[in-house]
Amino acid sequence: MTAVSTIPPFERFYLEQREIVFGFLCRRMARDAAEDAFQETFLRALRAYDRLEHGDYLRAWVLTIAARIAIDTGRRTRPAAHELPELPVVDGRPAYAQIEHLADGLPPTERAAVVLRYAYDLAYDDIATALGSSPEAARQAASSGIRRLRAKNDLTLGGRA
Amino acid sequence: MTVSTELDDRFRAAAASAGLLDVGFDVIESPIGQLLVAATDRGLCRIWFRPNLDEQLDHLARAFGPRVLRSRASVDDAHRQLDEYFEGRREGFDLTFDLGTAAPFARSVLTELAAVPYGQTTTYGTLAAKVGSPRAARAVGTVMNRNPLPIVLPCHRVVGSNGSLTGYAGGLELKEQLLRLEGALL
Repeated sequence: MTAVSTIPPFERFYLEQREIVFGFLCRRMARDAAEDAFQETFLRALRAYDRLEHGDYLRAWVLTIAARIAIDTGRRTRPAAHELPELPVVDGRPAYAQIEHLADGLPPTERAAVVLRYAYDLAYDDIATALGSSPEAARQAASSGIRRLRAKNDLTLGGRA
Repeated sequence: MTVSTELDDRFRAAAASAGLLDVGFDVIESPIGQLLVAATDRGLCRIWFRPNLDEQLDHLARAFGPRVLRSRASVDDAHRQLDEYFEGRREGFDLTFDLGTAAPFARSVLTELAAVPYGQTTTYGTLAAKVGSPRAARAVGTVMNRNPLPIVLPCHRVVGSNGSLTGYAGGLELKEQLLRLEGALL
């Protein structure tokens, strides 16, 4: 996509994304915790909203915020939760922060797919929801993003492709 | 699993009280139909009759910034005072206004307009004279037509020099209805 879309009024963005974000959080934690995480997700989105440069991939963007909050909540409340595998920490930075940084140069869809898959360990179903595509398209975007990163950085990632 | 009304309300209230909004608005019911009422942290910034939400969200975002969110708390005071006005229990509004980027001429006309008393009418020419431009009646008409805060800034009290209602952005029927409510038209 070459055309860059404008940033919608927050109200419209919120109405369009709130159910998906809440569903995503409910699959990861108990309802009470999901409600707190929901509020925190949209408050963080609101804090960053006037610094966005365009209105593309807002769903992937807000799910990235939600995923980060879900990971933090998981660490705080259930350190051993089997559905939230502890991400390796190198040099004091969690893996998701490093991958987000590495993936910066990728085309937006591939970047979102790579970050959501490898940094946040999202299933392709969730990534497809975030990107508004099919799980198969999400898988392809993630693997072509990884190929591109490998070519550029000679990088080896441990996740399942 | 869907977002409950309670959760939705909780988020909206938290967003407003954290001071994160460029504009908070609500759509309220009134005897003259729905009104969209919007405020920045500087004061009341827009009132629309019979709102078309999509259009007005875009308008608010362009004028004040993209962080536009429906939130009752942002316009609590204005809502209460409008209710009292429509119930005939309030003649003046005690609110701060954000006139945004209004030009100096419009700003001074709107300031004069705010001083037109409840239940009385004035003319475009009189307002023009009050701001020191006696020949600018037509320009005053344009300012009235674009009044960002109808009802609260009472452009319905401004009529033609022959006493005709002339025009109203919300429609002449509305203008007549408001003047009747105030006892200015019998």
